[in-house]
Amino acid sequence: MEFLKNPWPWYVAGPLIGLIVPALLILGNKSFGISSSLRHICASCMPARIPFFTYDWKKEIWNLVFVIGIIVGAGLATYYLSGPAPINLNPKLVEEMSSYGITNFDYMAPVEVFNWKSLLSIKGFVLIVVGGFLVGFGTRYAGGCTSGHAIMGLSNLQMPSLIATASFIIGGFIMANLILPFVLSL
Amino acid sequence: MLQQTIVSDKDFATRSLDTICVNESHLQHRWYHNLKYLVIGILFGIVLIKAEVISWFRIQEMFRLQSFHMYGIIGSAILVGMISVWLIKKKNIRTIYGETISITPKKFNKGQVYGGLIFGFGWAITGACPGPLFAQIGAGTTVILATLFSAIAGTWVYGFLREKLPH
Repeated sequence: MEFLKNPWPWYVAGPLIGLIVPALLILGNKSFGISSSLRHICASCMPARIPFFTYDWKKEIWNLVFVIGIIVGAGLATYYLSGPAPINLNPKLVEEMSSYGITNFDYMAPVEVFNWKSLLSIKGFVLIVVGGFLVGFGTRYAGGCTSGHAIMGLSNLQMPSLIATASFIIGGFIMANLILPFVLSL
Repeated sequence: MLQQTIVSDKDFATRSLDTICVNESHLQHRWYHNLKYLVIGILFGIVLIKAEVISWFRIQEMFRLQSFHMYGIIGSAILVGMISVWLIKKKNIRTIYGETISITPKKFNKGQVYGGLIFGFGWAITGACPGPLFAQIGAGTTVILATLFSAIAGTWVYGFLREKLPH
């Protein structure tokens, strides 16, 4: 039980995530992918006669059931498996974050910025709303996200997925190092 | 009958537009067969939390090359996935219903570069790709509901502008 409650090392978590690929294929010939769930939500709630959303989303209902599972699993892990061990961060990051006024590292996201009140500030709006928009727009434009391209696509040795994954990483490096520091200093 | 076939073919073509979720199973199952995906989702959610994959701070470390953690997770997940897919193909492993497993190949288009960069920006800002967005909500960070709603809006706007964007 102690082992389960402490943060899991990468060599346990990574292979477990990798095993989702064969599990979904064997259970029902499904390809691992999360961002398509956002598309199914659009197709089910507001297709607006857009061809991209005009399809029988009920055929893909497994994908929505899968993401509901993620929400439930995350809840279970948070409430029943949390340990007392604090997150072990690189001191350089802790120092950089302090310079933006981020000093609480107890939660999965910095509570100084990710809270309902800060939605009304420019910094909070950019991080919470603009960021989310870029995730939804970008993943669909790229045809997949970390799960669909980086894990599923590369597992199947797909060149387009390698190009997409490289683009994700380059975009992330540019944002985190060159642009985000300005936003966080606001 | 013919009409029906045409309708479902068009359906398949639409979903194939981004080559995700195009596995066509002709088997019809009762609703509770979907519960197995709920179980896999729950296990995935637990791993995302316990390995701190959904931590905004871990993502910041990753993009500053300050920690190996995320690279280890994504790298070993890909390795295990690769070996699994290779084994499934080599041994001709079938689904539990006896169907042949088929994975649709992905076609290159410029969207993978433009969209990939845009997603990379969003990933570094929110510290979350779509899976962790759902996990963060489950973990109780309710403001991420606004991020999720915005991501759904982003997907919708992409669908709306799709014909005008370079691909």
